[in-house]
Amino acid sequence: MGETYIARSTAIAARMIGGEMMIMSAVDSTFFTLNEVGTLIWQSADGQTPLSEIVSQRICEDFDVTPEEAQRDAEQFVAELSQHDILLVSDQPMAGATGSAPPTP
Amino acid sequence: MSLLSEMNEKALALGIPLSVHLDLTYRCNERCIHCYLDHDDHGEMTTAEIEDVLTQLAEAGVFFLTFSGGEVLLRRDFFQLVEYARRRLFNLKIKTNGVMIGGKEARRLRELGVEQVQLSVYSHRPEVHDAITKLPGSLNRTVEAIRRLKSYGLKVTIANVLMTANSFDNAGVIALADELGAFYTVDPTVTPKIDGSLSPLALRIPGHELHRVFRDPQLVPNVEEFCAPPPSPGEDVLDGYPCSAGHTACYISPYGDVFPCVQFPLPTGNLRRQRFLDIWQGSPQMAEVRSIRAKDLDTCPSCAHLGTCTRCPGLAYMEGNMRGPSTADCEKSLQRTGIPAASMTAGRLQRQPALVQIQLLA
Repeated sequence: MGETYIARSTAIAARMIGGEMMIMSAVDSTFFTLNEVGTLIWQSADGQTPLSEIVSQRICEDFDVTPEEAQRDAEQFVAELSQHDILLVSDQPMAGATGSAPPTP
Repeated sequence: MSLLSEMNEKALALGIPLSVHLDLTYRCNERCIHCYLDHDDHGEMTTAEIEDVLTQLAEAGVFFLTFSGGEVLLRRDFFQLVEYARRRLFNLKIKTNGVMIGGKEARRLRELGVEQVQLSVYSHRPEVHDAITKLPGSLNRTVEAIRRLKSYGLKVTIANVLMTANSFDNAGVIALADELGAFYTVDPTVTPKIDGSLSPLALRIPGHELHRVFRDPQLVPNVEEFCAPPPSPGEDVLDGYPCSAGHTACYISPYGDVFPCVQFPLPTGNLRRQRFLDIWQGSPQMAEVRSIRAKDLDTCPSCAHLGTCTRCPGLAYMEGNMRGPSTADCEKSLQRTGIPAASMTAGRLQRQPALVQIQLLA
């Protein structure tokens, strides 16, 4: 199976508030808050790093979770956010597809 | 509790300014009869200054940002500032009269991911709307702008301020909003000018008109509940704070002055001399605003309406006492429920309020 690449959409508003990322889609005004793992995936979504690498090198390193479980949860998370155009998904690296991650107050 | 309410609670607990209203200019191509602003340019912030402010706001945690004025499109750098703000991932709302929004501008706002555009429509009748804005043809131009914005898929809200000149036109504006696919919001409050002048108050709709507005099912989803006698305020109400002004929200003028709210012209600092967070976290004036709880107010703790009142601390401040009643809201409570506010029985409303003169820091 091929790799999945994810990039942050620029059609969103986002800010880190008290350790949680709050995100609103400018497309349908859906409002999300991401937990710590979701925030890590979102911040890592640079369009260049494969999702499998984000999971193995950032999530499994920092959280007590099996690679299979983490990969499954990450794919589900990506599918949900991509439905609201918050994450862009491709089977190839996406050059310049993403805006900068928001600063943390 | 909704996710948004949860984030508001979190921002309040952490002292984060979740919402900022930034007026880019006070210049305007309309001269609305009720407007609270002076339209001369007294030295607006430059592009670079505003971009620096936006960077500071993003770092402070601001999420909801409103660009307003004046007419924002009179700034030649307007789209540069919108682009800068969107690159910093603000949820951006634009308030405009729309008369300078053609197809190119509407498309650009959509491309830049502006969340919402709000335009004022005073009447569905051109002779009434244009007489309020003092710009011939303005209703037609505003409506055309709404059509363009909608054609590019933008979320549009029509704001309908009610005053003596248009108090019976809300049904017509609602029908127009429906036809255009726009949201509708109504506000029956005309405020003093930001320099303290009372002149716009003569345009406020009289009490019996407020009585009608509050019972209009097109404006109030549940009239019976909305107009019911207020329940006795509990301890949570007495310990509560009046609104988000200075707590999770603030206002910035085109000259860099920071206030708790656009309707609360208490100077707290200036961004040409101070960092935003130094003002937000260190201003004694902000600290004073934040310290006030309902139980600390002068007349209101004994008022039956305390728990349901829309008391505006900024309007109270402009009447001379930020801890006092806001008489416009006392009148609203009376017209809503038929029960006089405590300030009325204490005879306060018979006195002419002494407006404070606004002393800007700049």
